[in-house]
Amino acid sequence: MKKIVKVVTPLLDEAVSNLKTGDTVNITGYIYTGRDAAHKRLISLLKKGEKLPIEIKNQIVYYVGPAPTPPGYACGAAGPTTSYRMDPYTPALLDKGLKGMIGKGLRSKEVIESMKKNNAVYFHAVGGAAALIAKSIKKSEVVAYEDLGTEAIHRYYVEDFPAIVVIDSEGNNLYEIEPPKYAK
Amino acid sequence: MRKIQAEKVKNKVKQLFLRANYHIGEDILTALKEAREKEVSETGRSVLDMLIENYRIASEEEIAICQDTGLAVLYVEMGQEVHIVGGNFGEAVNEGVKEAYVEGYLRKSSVDDPVFTRKNTGTNTPAIIYTSIVPGDKIKFMATPKGFGSENMSRLAMMKPADGPEGIKDFVVDTIRKAGPNPCPPTIVGVGIGGTVDKAFVIAKKALFRRIGEHNQDERYARMEKEILVQINNLGIGPAGLGGKTTSLAVNIEYTPTHIAGMPVAVNVCCHAARHAEGIL
Repeated sequence: MKKIVKVVTPLLDEAVSNLKTGDTVNITGYIYTGRDAAHKRLISLLKKGEKLPIEIKNQIVYYVGPAPTPPGYACGAAGPTTSYRMDPYTPALLDKGLKGMIGKGLRSKEVIESMKKNNAVYFHAVGGAAALIAKSIKKSEVVAYEDLGTEAIHRYYVEDFPAIVVIDSEGNNLYEIEPPKYAK
Repeated sequence: MRKIQAEKVKNKVKQLFLRANYHIGEDILTALKEAREKEVSETGRSVLDMLIENYRIASEEEIAICQDTGLAVLYVEMGQEVHIVGGNFGEAVNEGVKEAYVEGYLRKSSVDDPVFTRKNTGTNTPAIIYTSIVPGDKIKFMATPKGFGSENMSRLAMMKPADGPEGIKDFVVDTIRKAGPNPCPPTIVGVGIGGTVDKAFVIAKKALFRRIGEHNQDERYARMEKEILVQINNLGIGPAGLGGKTTSLAVNIEYTPTHIAGMPVAVNVCCHAARHAEGIL
């Protein structure tokens, strides 16, 4: 069994630098959700030079549009969505101090370069393990763009959220490193 | 004529989408457990363990397997002796989808306009309905909530007849290679060959309903399914794209007659959560 690295938010530069591709991590603390529509609005604010509705410095954003919360639950099913759709918006957020992203799937060269420049990390969560992942979400509240419904920005309090470092701050990419080992 | 109340259509559709979104098929669960035993990657095994545990939680607690509860797609075989009474068939289907998604705490993912407003319809409607008229006095419903992580990785090739089976194999394998980790592997790959551009995808998606382990009844196509699956699993992409032997659980090919000048090949990718449910009225 691999050692599990504990990650807490806010995510500081030193902690980012210590995270290495392939590390299995458990994340604890507040994280923010955001996907296509919320990213579009955030970037449009940045372009106009306006203030964002959340402070993203040293934070982690989770690419997810959760299912509605059933009675008695803190959160509905909430697994990662595919990250590349957020690529056009991501470097601008990293420039503003965003330190971590949780999602699934490939990232663009521009995003990886920006992660290296800004010292940030990309975590992989298992797609389709949404009911299981939701167990680590202890609190959920909408903090911006409520009109977007599932795409609103939620603030989650997570305990031991399960993830893997898939691209670290040096740009090492597990999606490129691992598959060739098993290819025939 | 056999009269069927629109209300019954609504209730059946609702029941199918609830079932599909909470309970994964036994065939998929078995295939994942078998893959778990054979997987050589430690990370791959731990991903498969998480998926198996996720399916158990969703089924026991009746919560969504995946937050992407998809667009509601239905294949309907309508007996020509059936007369729908007490309402409109299409409205009844959409009402059933709406009730399932609203009352079942399923995510509403449908936006009204794909380009400009992109406003959520709030009901996960309209459903996408493919109806065929068949002999008899029953209605068969095949319902699938289709997630878009995998839908976005689907591709079409208008191949030359000269490309033959080798060309088809290369195209399908290349589609899965390019998709990498994005469509939530291990995937199920639906392939539709022939017809027109639209028909090829209609049968590719319908192929996703097939039980894991079953093959096309035409042994030439069955052999192609098996060969493509081996090639895909030799890519090394593995569970969640983190490396391993389990990249797809099945390749399901359906074919249909086509034009003398063409050989359309549609690849509809589906994540491991290949959710579907069938029912008859």
